Amino acid sequence: MIEPADFTQDTAEEGGLILRLNGAWTIAGVADADKRLRALGDAVRHIDLSAVEHIDTVGAWIVYRTARDMGADIVGVNANARSLIEAVGGVDSNDSIAPPVISPIIKLIGELGDAVLTAFGTMVQFIAFMGQCVKAIIDLILHPRRFRIHAVVQHFEHVGVRALAIVGLMSFLIGIVIAQQGAVQLRQFGAEVFTVNLVGRLTLRELGVLMTAIMVAGRSGSAFAAQIGTMKITEEVDAMRTIGVVPTEALVIPRIMATVVMMPLLAMYSSIIAMIGGGLLCWIALDIPPATFVQRIREVVPFTDLLVGLVKAPVFGAIIAMAGCFQGMRVEGNSEEVGLKTTAAVVQAIFLVIVLDAFFAVFFTGIGWN
Amino acid sequence: MPDRDNIIEVRGLRNAFGDQVIHDGLDLDVKRGEILGVVGGSGTGKSVLMRSIIGLQNPEEGEIRVFGESMRDKEEDEATEVRRRWGVLFQGGALFSTLTVAENVQVPLKEFYPDFSKATLDEIARYKIHLSGLPPEAAFKFPSELSGGMKKRAGLARALAMDPDLLFLDEPTAGLDPIGAARFDALTLNLKQTLGLTVFLITHDLDSLYAICDRVAVLADRQVIAVGKIDELLAIDHPWINEYFSGPRGRAAKSGHDRGITKMSVDKPSPDGP
Repeated sequence: MIEPADFTQDTAEEGGLILRLNGAWTIAGVADADKRLRALGDAVRHIDLSAVEHIDTVGAWIVYRTARDMGADIVGVNANARSLIEAVGGVDSNDSIAPPVISPIIKLIGELGDAVLTAFGTMVQFIAFMGQCVKAIIDLILHPRRFRIHAVVQHFEHVGVRALAIVGLMSFLIGIVIAQQGAVQLRQFGAEVFTVNLVGRLTLRELGVLMTAIMVAGRSGSAFAAQIGTMKITEEVDAMRTIGVVPTEALVIPRIMATVVMMPLLAMYSSIIAMIGGGLLCWIALDIPPATFVQRIREVVPFTDLLVGLVKAPVFGAIIAMAGCFQGMRVEGNSEEVGLKTTAAVVQAIFLVIVLDAFFAVFFTGIGWN
Repeated sequence: MPDRDNIIEVRGLRNAFGDQVIHDGLDLDVKRGEILGVVGGSGTGKSVLMRSIIGLQNPEEGEIRVFGESMRDKEEDEATEVRRRWGVLFQGGALFSTLTVAENVQVPLKEFYPDFSKATLDEIARYKIHLSGLPPEAAFKFPSELSGGMKKRAGLARALAMDPDLLFLDEPTAGLDPIGAARFDALTLNLKQTLGLTVFLITHDLDSLYAICDRVAVLADRQVIAVGKIDELLAIDHPWINEYFSGPRGRAAKSGHDRGITKMSVDKPSPDGP
């Protein structure tokens, strides 16, 4: 059994202390001895290693540091210990291994400034990115053979077809919730029958497209950012450029196209499923049979409500896809960036969608589509 | 009773991915205090062999002993006594990207020895970084701010953090310029001599083989077809070995070595090791 690192103190003949080290001065057992050595005064003149059974670089460093700090000399060393002490002693510097410390107030002001600059910079970059997209679309119209129809169709599947199940389930539940909550509130006025108006108008005009947009931002916007970001890190995007393929044309435009085409379809589908859910609840809870429900929907929901939803959907799709691709293209450096930019893509997309939705609400009321 | 001089013993190893058999009946010994170079063509399973030994890849058959302890079917939280006695340098460095170099070095120390004070941890990180040949200011840089060669050195500093007895290096000189590669070779040899390491070195670099390896193991035909000093390997009549060592690059490395102007001359370590 090897004893852990330990030491005893003796008085040397010429005055001062002599430390006699014993046991195994290795990483496994040296932590305690290190603390006690640090607590010693600096009257030590010699450090005697002759009773040390085993030593590694951590032990050697602690011996070296103690000797240096106390101005002691090291005696009783064998060749192995000597070479270790020389190896670790070569780095005798007190350079801090932490970055220089800055006062918290200056740091706060600096971070605030950075954040403002980043926000403005991002906005300018996003506008530039939209310009790039427009330029790429014009180029593609002028050179239609460079248009990547296969990529667009592939993204149709990922953005549209594969989202059907989750968007459908979500819409069905939302329809039920609207109808149920509406019925409870309207019953107070004896106006349960208006639940049909609520379900029909709300889903077609607002919720169908908005919930679909949020779902697509979470599913596809994030996927776009992660895919393109990974390609940036593995230098695939750079490789494209050197070959002469424009990344905006090859990566960004197909994704935007696919999302712009799929969003109205998904939004329409979502509205219909939500109405089915609402209708089902009306049938069960309010005894409104399906035929009557459909009849009422046709009477109370104006055609413009459908148009409102269908006008908003492609715009939201474009915003979501652009935010995803934009953040993906901004990835630089390490893999952590991919995660950060993916989060940023989703947050930015949903934020912009809701801001635009508010503008649309005012706009459509302004032109009398209410 | 296993041979006490063998740090690693591999017996009858079989690895396969689906129908593709990588190793079949592979035997290999790594002796205490040597640098064993492992060479082989692309796809002969050099990295898979290393991953099997360090327990990242569970082999189909065979026995693997490291420091006399079987490494087969060990869970991630088992065999920690063995794990803390080895250090591994992955090809890309595999540094934790959210931590600085110094913090990377301190990860294994903090994990196994929480008793060390912050000051001592910092001192240990500082001299490990120095030992692996990095400048002091690299300590508070993040991996993304380092060049490829510096990442490998930082990875080496982390591999050395626990004062290992056994060091695994996966193509440490790949992607380095010749001067950087030569310095890394010199560093490996110097560390082996100073710290008494045993080194398992996967490499494609013929200069490294000549300069620092005590023995070389050749992987081909799903097995280790030969182990020995390079001179002994040159005498073996096997098409891959002949082509490898007697091809233009092999001859260039040998003549450079014979003339004594191989990379080791760049900064030769002191010969008076322990």
